[in-house]
Amino acid sequence: MSLLQKMNCGFIYLLFAGALTACGDGVWNDPYPTEDGSKNILYSSFSERPKHLDPVRSYSSNEYNFIGQIYEPPLQYHYLKRPYELIPLTATNVPKQRLFNAASEELDENANVDDVAYSTYTINIQPGIQFQPHPAFARNENGEFIYHNLTPDELENIHTLQDFSKQGFRELTAADYVYQIKRIAQPSLHSPIMGIMAKYIDSLTSLAKALKQEEDALKAKGIEQPFIDLNQYDLAGAKVLDRYTFELKINGLYPQLVYWLSMPFFAPMPEEAVRFYSQPGLIEKNIVLNWYPVGTGAYMLTVNNPNKEMVMEKNPNYRSAEYPSEGDVGDAELGLLADAGKEMPFIDKAIYNLEKENIPYWNKFLQGYYDTSGVSSESFDQAITFSGGGDVRLSDEMLEKNIRLSTSIAASVYYMGFNMRDAVVGGDSERARKLRQAIAIAVDYEEYISIFANGRGLPAQSPIPPGIFGHIEGEAGINPYVYDWLGGKPQRKSIEFAKQLLAEAQYKNGIDQISGKPLTLYYDTTGSGPDAKSVFNWYRKQFKKLDIQLTVRNTDYNRFQDKMHKGTAQIFSWGWNADYPDPENFLFLLYGANSKMDVNGENAANYKNVEFDRLFDRMKNIPNGASRQVVIDEMLEMVRHDSPWLFGYYPKQFGLYHEWFYNAKPNLMSHNTLQYKRIEPIIRQQARATWNQPIYWPVLLVAVILLLSIIPAVLTYRHREHIALKTKTTVGN
Amino acid sequence: MLNYILRRVFYAIPILIGVNLITFLLFFVVNTPDDMARMHLGVKHVTPESVEQWKDERGYNKPLAFNAEAAGLEKVTDTIFYQNSVNLFAFEFGRSDAGRDIGYDISQRMWPSLILAIPIFVIGLLSNITFALIVAFFRSSYIDVWGVVLCVVLMSISGMFYIIGGQFLIGKVLHLVPISGFDMANTFKFAVLPVLIGVVSGIGTGTRWYRTIFLEEIEKDYVRTARAKGLPESLVLFKHVLKNGMIPILTGAVVVLPLLFMGSLILESFFGIPGLGSYTIDAIGSQDFAIVRSMVFLGSVLYIVGLILTDISYTIVDPRIRLQ
Repeated sequence: MSLLQKMNCGFIYLLFAGALTACGDGVWNDPYPTEDGSKNILYSSFSERPKHLDPVRSYSSNEYNFIGQIYEPPLQYHYLKRPYELIPLTATNVPKQRLFNAASEELDENANVDDVAYSTYTINIQPGIQFQPHPAFARNENGEFIYHNLTPDELENIHTLQDFSKQGFRELTAADYVYQIKRIAQPSLHSPIMGIMAKYIDSLTSLAKALKQEEDALKAKGIEQPFIDLNQYDLAGAKVLDRYTFELKINGLYPQLVYWLSMPFFAPMPEEAVRFYSQPGLIEKNIVLNWYPVGTGAYMLTVNNPNKEMVMEKNPNYRSAEYPSEGDVGDAELGLLADAGKEMPFIDKAIYNLEKENIPYWNKFLQGYYDTSGVSSESFDQAITFSGGGDVRLSDEMLEKNIRLSTSIAASVYYMGFNMRDAVVGGDSERARKLRQAIAIAVDYEEYISIFANGRGLPAQSPIPPGIFGHIEGEAGINPYVYDWLGGKPQRKSIEFAKQLLAEAQYKNGIDQISGKPLTLYYDTTGSGPDAKSVFNWYRKQFKKLDIQLTVRNTDYNRFQDKMHKGTAQIFSWGWNADYPDPENFLFLLYGANSKMDVNGENAANYKNVEFDRLFDRMKNIPNGASRQVVIDEMLEMVRHDSPWLFGYYPKQFGLYHEWFYNAKPNLMSHNTLQYKRIEPIIRQQARATWNQPIYWPVLLVAVILLLSIIPAVLTYRHREHIALKTKTTVGN
Repeated sequence: MLNYILRRVFYAIPILIGVNLITFLLFFVVNTPDDMARMHLGVKHVTPESVEQWKDERGYNKPLAFNAEAAGLEKVTDTIFYQNSVNLFAFEFGRSDAGRDIGYDISQRMWPSLILAIPIFVIGLLSNITFALIVAFFRSSYIDVWGVVLCVVLMSISGMFYIIGGQFLIGKVLHLVPISGFDMANTFKFAVLPVLIGVVSGIGTGTRWYRTIFLEEIEKDYVRTARAKGLPESLVLFKHVLKNGMIPILTGAVVVLPLLFMGSLILESFFGIPGLGSYTIDAIGSQDFAIVRSMVFLGSVLYIVGLILTDISYTIVDPRIRLQ
């Protein structure tokens, strides 16, 4: 470093009043401690604190980012294989359903559905799995729990879990799973899947009633957040058979249950943890199960400060798990099998910083301070370019930094729905159907994706997105009521054809031929933000193609929900993210018994087609295969013909990864993905040092300009003083 | 003076009740308890029963402000408004709708807010006074004219521009400080940019206001007398004018002093600083009435405290004023 550089450096330090700790070759804008630069730490962020970290309540992706690494349900999805494949996690195998009739006689697996009274799943857990170290397990020499009856004196110095000096752990057992299933029924925990599971898990409803009574009784005694010993209650639907085996008893058939067994709702919960966290003194200090998870997974949450950061560190008790040695076609070429057979997890620690705004996050990603990033609308143009052929590729700026891009179609669908109970657009009359079909042609989702989603989407041909069984590519998979197959790709039908349909529906030129009045339709939505007005105008323009006036009724999400529940909405937009990769989880959105108006279900369009419902009941119990595809094809033909939805589009997700980040493969179903990821911290440290060298000459320049600007001020001051002196002298004379 | 202060504290009670009532009405006009329940319970598979249960657990199933079915005093006390308001007067903020202890969260979050707010306040005050004195000193010169023009320009720029521009220039282009983040163990590194932005964004308004005060003082008789005595202009300005000009400045500053606890809403959000400003913004976004009412109540109390302190400061800086 030259003398001049040293002088400059010292000056900047004065300006920033010692803000920076060293002025050498290091970077100044590193938001992390210098000593962590070479450590095997992953850096990511969260924009909103997770509402729940209790697996019985959590149901959103930002919550699963954390608890998915901590809690282990019996099953998981293969990290690399597509279509998604269920494999054991803590279980020894993927359980098979056993069918029984009303006389408890076991039936053949191909038995008639009507003969099945109940089915069972027997789940065997691997022995030797240990819970993470936690004070809830700590015992004294007499075998008594140390921290289960904390006194006010003991609580005085407790502020976080780290303040407990002793920890313990124990082996995972089948009883921990059954305990958690009982928690689903506990009313005060508000498990979002209680409504679904109550239909299938035997006696779950009666358990919920019994627990409600006890909770009410305890509340009447003034106990606000009562602890209920769930071991005192039996649940016929979930029974411990031995230390490592439990059995689920299902009313009738529910083949989709195995998918739920890969979700945190069915993760084990140690009774000791629930008892520990139910102490009022800890609740007062916000030390609750909803904030401090206790699991068997690869990581444990060691810092939970949602005001600043959340930190996960390797669970020292985690069993040996190997990176998969099999993958999808092309995975080996992408280097995704380079770590095959290696012991996981690779990353020692993951730090998630609170980052509410996109712009600072994006800039810190470009500086190397975050390892991965999505592509927000603000940064899209900077990150992505389209080739002449319309292919997506990274911008030169990203390529210079060796950033990699991955894209994947989400297991989601965004659609525009018609309220099928509405007098104008609803019902199964030919008139209403043709009106809906005409609108489906007119609303050009290819244009929508291009304008409002930066090309990140695929026009939907049915409710079932790619990657889910039942979705068919090519000509056989198009919606023939909206598209033609031309030139090897789907081509939206012409607006003239749509107008012809409209005329056949007695709305020629947008005029109701019966009443003679212009046709006005109402679109209920929850749009907000800078794009909302443009989106509304775009929709109006689409309907205008048919000379239909569209009135947009914008409201907040809660009121929108209320309208949907009451059935006062006419046309609406909605979306669905899959819980599991099965067509049942999409087609149930159109199942009559799930009507939003009737049972507040997920069938927001209130579509009811007896034949569709009959086929749905059949389809959901058939394993994936040709016969299931035939049924699905029939169902899709019905909904395409009836058009209760404009199928909208399947969103495409873009992910950016730095060169030091490995094994990045989008997996939209797995929750425990952190253990597969690997980073090379040395490469990251070098890149950070290269990209973030401080530039201080502009600050010097500003300082010099400020100093120079003092000169005329001084001259003016002296001039004034001189005039004043002269004036005084003159007066004196 | 003690009687005066006690009387002002007593007067504060109906003001606080009024503020509470207005907050309550505004909040529940926009959000019904059903809305709040849905917001907290999530989007998928929310049943009417779980909405009712959520409301029941938090007392949101009671009538809003008047319980016609209750008897006697319970017509008023057995309502959402009363149940959620009365404990505030004992500074018991209770639990947020998400279940966290609000008092504890406030005690944790006020320090990051203060770490930002105090330097912005002190450095901003000193800079504004300095610039205002310089401009006043060179009044009617090109420095005054261009100074005022610069102040107007600075005032006209949106606060968001300062933040985004500051992060872009200092953090992204020049790599001098982290773009965002916060660490109590290394506060200076993270606070320097938001403080700089907070100070610079306030210079235009502050300088113009203080300049006006100083110019008003300069026209007074005692200044003319000082000049007539032959005191140099610099002495007149920096000794006499500054001292007397400080009376409105000081009293204006004292009133905002307690409010420094409340933090900066936008600045904290953009810099990822876990203060009370972002706490309030988050609560509004997540429709957490328990936090919103607590923060509004705390803000009202602090504002009233600020007003009382202002009255007291008048008696200190101006001996002619007596509180009765």
